[in-house]
Amino acid sequence: MAEATTTPALERHGLSDEQLRWILRNMLLQRTLDNRGFQLNRQGKIPFATGSEGHEGIHAGSALAFERGADILVPYYRDIGLCIGIGMEPLHVLLSMFARAADISGGRQFPNHFTNHALGLMSISSIIAAHLPHAVGAAYAMKYRKEAGRAVLATFGDGATSEGEWHESVNFAAVQSLPIVFLCENNEWAISTPREHQMAIRDVVDKAEGYGIPGEIVDGSDPIAVYDVMKRALDRARSGGGPTLVEAKCYRFLSHTTDDDDRTYRSRDEIERHRHLDPVPRFERVLVESGVMTTDEVSAMKREVLAHVNDVTDRAEALPYPVASDLYTNVYEGTHEPWL
Amino acid sequence: MTITMPQLGETVTEGTVAQWLKKPGDAIEKYEAFVEVSTDKVNAEVPSPVSGVLREIICKEGETVATGAPIAIIDEVGVEAPAPASEPAVPVVANATVAPVVAPVAANAPVATNGSSSGIHSGNGTSNGDLRRFSPAVRRLARAHHIDVASLRGTGTNGRVTASDVIAAANEGPSAAMAATILREPVPTQTMAAKAATQPPAGTSTYAEPVPGTIVPLSQARKIIAKRMVESLETAPHAWTMVEVDVTKLWRWRAQEKDKFLAEKGYALTLLPFFIYAVVQSLKKQPLLNAKFSDEGIHVARDYNIGIAIGLDTNLIVPVIRAADTLSIGGIAIAAGTLIEKARAGKLGADDLNGGTFTVNNTGANGSILSKPIINGGQAGIVTMEAVVKRPVVVDDAIAIRSIMNVCLSLDHRVIDGTIANAFLGDLKRRLEAMKPGGDL
Amino acid sequence: MAVASPSTVMNNVEAVRHTLYEALKNDERTLVLGEDVGARGNVFLITKGFIEEFGAERVIDTPLAEASIVGVAIGMAMEGLRPIAEIQFADFIYPAFNQIVGEAAKTRYRSNGDYTCPLVIRTPYGGGVRGALSHSVSIEALFYHVPGLKIVAPSFPSDIKGLLNAAIDDPDPVLFLEHKKTYRLVKGEVPSGHYTIPIGLADVKHPGDSLTVVSYGLYVHQAIEAAKRLADEGLSVEVIDLRSIRPMDRTTILASVRKTHKLLIVHEDNKFGGIGAEISAMVAEEALFELDAPIRRLCGPDVPAMGYALPLEEEFMVSTDEMAETMREMVRF
Repeated sequence: MAEATTTPALERHGLSDEQLRWILRNMLLQRTLDNRGFQLNRQGKIPFATGSEGHEGIHAGSALAFERGADILVPYYRDIGLCIGIGMEPLHVLLSMFARAADISGGRQFPNHFTNHALGLMSISSIIAAHLPHAVGAAYAMKYRKEAGRAVLATFGDGATSEGEWHESVNFAAVQSLPIVFLCENNEWAISTPREHQMAIRDVVDKAEGYGIPGEIVDGSDPIAVYDVMKRALDRARSGGGPTLVEAKCYRFLSHTTDDDDRTYRSRDEIERHRHLDPVPRFERVLVESGVMTTDEVSAMKREVLAHVNDVTDRAEALPYPVASDLYTNVYEGTHEPWL
Repeated sequence: MTITMPQLGETVTEGTVAQWLKKPGDAIEKYEAFVEVSTDKVNAEVPSPVSGVLREIICKEGETVATGAPIAIIDEVGVEAPAPASEPAVPVVANATVAPVVAPVAANAPVATNGSSSGIHSGNGTSNGDLRRFSPAVRRLARAHHIDVASLRGTGTNGRVTASDVIAAANEGPSAAMAATILREPVPTQTMAAKAATQPPAGTSTYAEPVPGTIVPLSQARKIIAKRMVESLETAPHAWTMVEVDVTKLWRWRAQEKDKFLAEKGYALTLLPFFIYAVVQSLKKQPLLNAKFSDEGIHVARDYNIGIAIGLDTNLIVPVIRAADTLSIGGIAIAAGTLIEKARAGKLGADDLNGGTFTVNNTGANGSILSKPIINGGQAGIVTMEAVVKRPVVVDDAIAIRSIMNVCLSLDHRVIDGTIANAFLGDLKRRLEAMKPGGDL
Repeated sequence: MAVASPSTVMNNVEAVRHTLYEALKNDERTLVLGEDVGARGNVFLITKGFIEEFGAERVIDTPLAEASIVGVAIGMAMEGLRPIAEIQFADFIYPAFNQIVGEAAKTRYRSNGDYTCPLVIRTPYGGGVRGALSHSVSIEALFYHVPGLKIVAPSFPSDIKGLLNAAIDDPDPVLFLEHKKTYRLVKGEVPSGHYTIPIGLADVKHPGDSLTVVSYGLYVHQAIEAAKRLADEGLSVEVIDLRSIRPMDRTTILASVRKTHKLLIVHEDNKFGGIGAEISAMVAEEALFELDAPIRRLCGPDVPAMGYALPLEEEFMVSTDEMAETMREMVRF
């Protein structure tokens, strides 16, 4: 096939057409799944959903830089695009939303708290930053076993960088020079707390110097730029170069979750002013203008994604809940009883 | 002043003198280092607690002593030369025992308390004023052994009736109960020996040793047995039937297994568990034998709780093997053995005595070949296992010698008739005669 | 640098050291991490010489940050290593509470077995060493409530070896409590070679038939001493060493109570909400009709900690005399 002719503006960083199309599909899939969660909630079918609108560029770009079968992802609860991007089946997103028994956690976890040991997707709790020491421990295990070519990708939001465990994790990783990338998906909001009440600095990346590790900042609404930065950071980790703190700037367009009403703390104007940062329509435009896809192809892709999401929604909805006796398993290996 | 080995660090219990920095006759200033001590945690120079002159080194270099042991003597400036043994230089952390300040803590603690020491740590003022309050163990044991606690004199604090008192009373039978009620003087520590030594008044004798021309007073147990027997005969019209059972093969099977069983399980393997196993199977076929008459209807039991009648010296007791249908022959042997042990030790609990649905009486143990038992506890029937006797019998028109055991059944004729009773016994006979070596224990 | 070879008689601190040494020697998945465990060899010299023999990647001197000592160890355990984390004194464990209770205890449960957390957290606890407010606390009551965690507190050298080995082998997180006063005070025979004692099994350390005393830690030793004194007086007391706090051995406790009909629980930790409360409730639920006396608990007073001054520490700690006196009262009741 003909080498893609790019307009001078498109910097591919070595990505092929197929990879660029993959990025767009991942972003569309993420957005459709996110919206589906909100729709099901407003329909009264599921009690709870979180949204990641605005993070699609970060997720697709990082997922592409992730090495399946080698790297480990320790995400937070807004990383749905990253999780499907590294190979998690969209069906599992719906199983998690509907809390079905077939969900890997058996319907125990909140939605978007995925686990998949086989894929290298580490189980997390809802406690902000509590997962980061685990990510550091996983990176330590890689270094301990002298496994070159492997890295840990640990993600979190801007609010997490205030937690003690964030600080302790970055410090530990820096002292031990571990193969880990700390990715801050800075969407400027921690529920209702804006960045200026969270920290006295403007850019999270400025903290990197305090720990003695390199920091990089990137426009999170540009998935190709994210890919470039993440690839370099992950390669540095994989080759023994130690940790990097990456800050990807983006914007959170929806409320924190379906239980949050963002009208109580920010104006519609503010959201609209950030609309140009919406990575999905922006990337669609980039691909069409650079000739990688036609508008018809984009529309067809959207229809295909929607059909797929509809299909997995129906399949997940038809499956059963866990049964009451499932409450008692896996407390320990063996019985759950405290008295023997 | 005598200098002792200091405790250098938490958990340290001994120290070694590494090096003396002064020798006898040297002057020492207060706080000046005069010896170096090492422990497995730290090495340290020890500053002198006083100013003076080093008189004597007690602990040599390289020697290890316990913390608090003397290591040197310093003649203090301004103090007379031969210093008597005085305070240790460094306060030693001894595991000092402090006598607790005794004070009744709980506001409702009666004057004659159970002597609660130091309320700081335990702090519960158990009110023991009311001697009519019996502990759960006392009540349970009293019920099980048919003891009237009110008649007992307690050996616990402030005269409390204790569980041991009840058990002792149960084991002693009528003499103990009687001694407790008849004796006027309180006996401060009544041991079992003391109770046994108490003599009953003239004109009476004991159940265990009855004397002609005397009266044996009724123990609680005896009163209750009497009451129950009369009740049973008066309410249930008793009918009776029996079968002969050829247990030749069963006897051989048991003979083969008994030594191994005893060695492995610690319990005897008699014919009784085999018998009970077969009884349970037959009860399943004839559920009306495992039932109770009442005016609303015949309660057919769901469980198979088989009572085994045990005669103790002064008492008849029927502990229950619960859920006998879930047990194998070996399991029944162990359960029965356990109950018999407990019965002899006087340690049967309420669980052991309640809930029986059918009763087996091993009358054959004493040589009986026919008995007419009285039904127990309102049940529908009671079956006996008589003695095994070798007899000449006719087999295939020839004379053979076989081990024959009679099985007798008393039944409540309100619940069952002859047909059902005979069907039960017939089924039981067939099962027992089919048991042979090589079966499953 | 020579490490003490596994000798037959050792004290408690030697038992910990010996067991850790053997674990590191025989399983390359094991490693030790904590403050001052490397170059210093631990503040009680438990790991002295280890870093020289096993290397800095297996004996990690961590930054001064308890949450991440446990949290990083959790990540190691989730990815197949067998980390043995140390909290230098139990009094310092509170910053790690989130990681222990919110994360380690729930790893298997929340992932429904997709991830597990075979982690050991060791820490010295307990008082009587002039440790004052921040080097003397007991912490078991804070953690034994949590499903998903296991907690053991052996205080004899042979028990320490068997249970520490069991903790290291256990596929779930185990909090291993070492009473610091017993480190050098308690000596005993320790079998050589690898062995484990099942977690959840108590041990009758002094048989008797007129009173059941349940204890653990330093106080087991005092209880045994008190029981021996009472034996000389003709009074028979049974002392059970729990060894395991969660899971706890119901079978041994109930068998003993069914024999003696009286129960005394002795523990150093504060009385209110201490583990004596759970034992009392269990026995009342399951063996009420065996009890010939109210259950009693002889415990630490309900104040935040024992003070530095000797009279304050002695007031907090239960003396052997006091134990003996309470036992006497109960036997005679």
